[in-house]
Amino acid sequence: MITKLLIESLDRRSGWFLGIVAVAMVLIPILNLAVPEGSFLHVPTYLVSLLGKYVCFAILALALDLVWGYCGILSLGHGAFFALGGYAMGMYLMRQIGNRGVYANPDLPDFMVFLNWKELPIFWYGFGWFPYAFFMILFVPGILAFLFGWLAFRSRVTGVYLSIITQALTYALMLAFFRNDMGIGGNNGLTDFKDILGFPVQAQTTRIALLVLSLALLALAFALARVLVTSTFGKVLVAIRDAESRTRFLGYRVEHYKLVVFTLSACIAGLAGALYVPQVGIINPSEFAPANSIEAVIWVAVGGRGTLVGAVVGAFVVNFLKSFFTTGALAAYWLFVLGGLFVFVTLVLPKGIVGAVEEFLAKRREARQAAAPAPKPEPAE
Amino acid sequence: MSKHANRSALASLALALLLVMGIAASPVRLAAQTLDAAFDRLAADSFSDTARAIDDLAASGAPQAESLIEALGARRLLADKATGTIAIQTPAGALLDARTGKPLASPPPGLAVVRINNRLRSAIDAALGTLAMVSPDRSKRLVAAEALFKSRKASDLAPLDKAIAAEKDDAVRSAFGKARSAIVLADDKQPLADRVAAVQSLAEWPDSDTLGFLRQVQASTQEPALKQSIETAAVAIEHRRQLLSGLQNVIYGLSLGSVLLLAAIGLAITFGVMGVINMAHGEMVMLGAYTTFVVQEGFRAFAPGAFDLSLPVAIPLAFIVAGTVGIAIERGIIRFLYGRPLETLLATWGVSLILQQVVRTAFGPTNREVGNPSYMSGAFDLYGISITWSRLWIIVFTLTVFFSLLFVLKRTRLGLEMRAVTQNRRMAASMGIRSARVDALTFGLGSGIAGIAGVALSQIDNVSPNLGQSYIVDSFMVVVFGGVGNLWGTLVSAFFLGIANKMLEPVAGAVLGKILILVLLILFIQKRPRGLFALKGRAVEA
Repeated sequence: MITKLLIESLDRRSGWFLGIVAVAMVLIPILNLAVPEGSFLHVPTYLVSLLGKYVCFAILALALDLVWGYCGILSLGHGAFFALGGYAMGMYLMRQIGNRGVYANPDLPDFMVFLNWKELPIFWYGFGWFPYAFFMILFVPGILAFLFGWLAFRSRVTGVYLSIITQALTYALMLAFFRNDMGIGGNNGLTDFKDILGFPVQAQTTRIALLVLSLALLALAFALARVLVTSTFGKVLVAIRDAESRTRFLGYRVEHYKLVVFTLSACIAGLAGALYVPQVGIINPSEFAPANSIEAVIWVAVGGRGTLVGAVVGAFVVNFLKSFFTTGALAAYWLFVLGGLFVFVTLVLPKGIVGAVEEFLAKRREARQAAAPAPKPEPAE
Repeated sequence: MSKHANRSALASLALALLLVMGIAASPVRLAAQTLDAAFDRLAADSFSDTARAIDDLAASGAPQAESLIEALGARRLLADKATGTIAIQTPAGALLDARTGKPLASPPPGLAVVRINNRLRSAIDAALGTLAMVSPDRSKRLVAAEALFKSRKASDLAPLDKAIAAEKDDAVRSAFGKARSAIVLADDKQPLADRVAAVQSLAEWPDSDTLGFLRQVQASTQEPALKQSIETAAVAIEHRRQLLSGLQNVIYGLSLGSVLLLAAIGLAITFGVMGVINMAHGEMVMLGAYTTFVVQEGFRAFAPGAFDLSLPVAIPLAFIVAGTVGIAIERGIIRFLYGRPLETLLATWGVSLILQQVVRTAFGPTNREVGNPSYMSGAFDLYGISITWSRLWIIVFTLTVFFSLLFVLKRTRLGLEMRAVTQNRRMAASMGIRSARVDALTFGLGSGIAGIAGVALSQIDNVSPNLGQSYIVDSFMVVVFGGVGNLWGTLVSAFFLGIANKMLEPVAGAVLGKILILVLLILFIQKRPRGLFALKGRAVEA
């Protein structure tokens, strides 16, 4: 049944997309591990980590596209869910350090020893056990999104008001996580990870495995989102986006639909954050910065919202641009480029790259059809 | 380490010596001291002699006593045992004969620094304190009074009484009186009645030092009457302190509220009246602050004497700069996005990034120094509450801006047109109002006011390219909380949030207080999505 659902929901574009992801999952490990280092085709390990980071961003963009592109909820706080998932993963990784920290304390992470804490706070219990940590990766962002959404959607906070309070949410979380007495690392965050599931985090093979996992999650999240938006449920979401009041008058419980998709999206963002942390080796409160969340919005906008593929494309394009500009002499111009992108996309390219390409293709098809002679009517048999 | 041990051994030796000699010499000590005897003692360079010399110098009240003792404390006093020469080394390195005050022509070979130890150091401090009591400098006398209050040595009582008798300045005399009461209370050889009276006079001073001191005496004394009177006084002080700290918090809150209002007031126009989400609003504030910086640089370069005029000049300029940029943004970007609020939000965010980077490129990423004119610096004391002039001026300035804006909106042609366009754009256009022009002017007005806010904020905050970022979330919160499209709501909400923030701070800490406010606001918006003072009627859903 699942296969049937999948086949029904995947169009040609999605097929191409999943194909590319699958090829990347196979090709990158080979090009990194099997191809000798001097070779032209060799993919260096730093690039593997960089790609892994981008893939996590792409998953975040996908999650955001689900709520913004299909349901019209512009969340300026999705970075918060991403960071919460990352922190859950970071706490697991901290517990894996054991007594190999600087202070060699088997019970407490280094920063707690440093702050003179005597025992582990209760909310750290269980994070040494991966299944629990995994549960928390989904649960913490999910429950926050559920509670927040339940309050916000029920009282019909919509549009820019919702955007502003999501921004306030991530801002408040950032302030909270910067405090040392929160017991989650304060402004230094969590870092110095050693092992993940028994494998050393820094090892080349672990990095490859994390990238492949991220790609797999990207494919999975994409397929899930695709199934969702092509189902009846997805149709209702689009209806809410385009005419919320009318959908409500037609008898749909708008807030329930919004709540489901918002919570789901937060869980996906949390997973992305969890995969992001071992690949960059650190999580700190600046991940909650409102600017990060709004940058994620621009990925979706550049790629084309409401297309899913566009979110992924946008995340890759903008982040490649960012890496290109922020390394070296061009660093001073990056904010001009980013700011310019915001303005350009909203004014000139409201449907994003994917939308523009589609329009172009559709126009060309029309033109070709117009140019071609009308097909002869088939003779009746 | 061994040097340290040596020194303390020496010190205890000196102490023993001092005790013996003090007992032996005390009857004749004060009578026949002259400055010369003090010099001779200093020249002997033994700890006990130096200690006596310090006491004598302090008691003599001679004009050069202070500089001599200071030089001793700074290890700039040199002596030669053989010739009895005393020399002061100036910070520049020259040697002055201490007896004559003239440069030392031929320094004797045995000249060495007069040694001091920790015991002498405290004697030096005490002596300087005694000298400061009669210093011609008023501020030095006030500092001395505070030091006496802290040290509370019974031996200071006699010189203090002398100083009180000679004192003409009321504030200094009352500070001396406080110190005197503390000394009397701390000394259990004083008669009980005097000590009780001292408690009563100390109750007039509601500061934490006094309170701590009273509690300390209360714990150590055996006299029930004294305990009782201290209890009454301490409770009175505590009440007064609570009231004062409450009032102080309200004042801080008003001050923070006026800053919030100033930052949000322009937003109340662009977001509240026009419905445009301008994420670059904070950058308009920043532009205003940088305009102030440029104006001040100009004054520093061309008219340093008229520096106090820099702010009055900066205010209209900041309005023009920020307003012009605002109109350019409206004409160039926002007008294509009317009716698409989410896109407006993103585009203006982009503009804010660009503006930040422009300023960073032009002025550098670090904080810029913006000076306070004379009338903005310093503080004054109001019944125990300290208020800085800059905060007070900002409250006054904010209210002025607020009421001028209200006047513009309610009493001018432009304000009328603005309100008409906001309420019903097509109808207003049909009546002959050029709605596009009104849009641009409204946006320019809102941005210009943000620029003015920047002038004020430059006086109390760091002027950096990130200045605007720190106000943007707060400003939106103020406008949303107050109710969109309602200036009075913005006023109430800014002051309410400011005071609530400052009231929570002592209870929950600064950061947690801010977080609490944010969470409460988020919850509040759920309850009243349109703010405290929501607009009613058809316009709301449009």
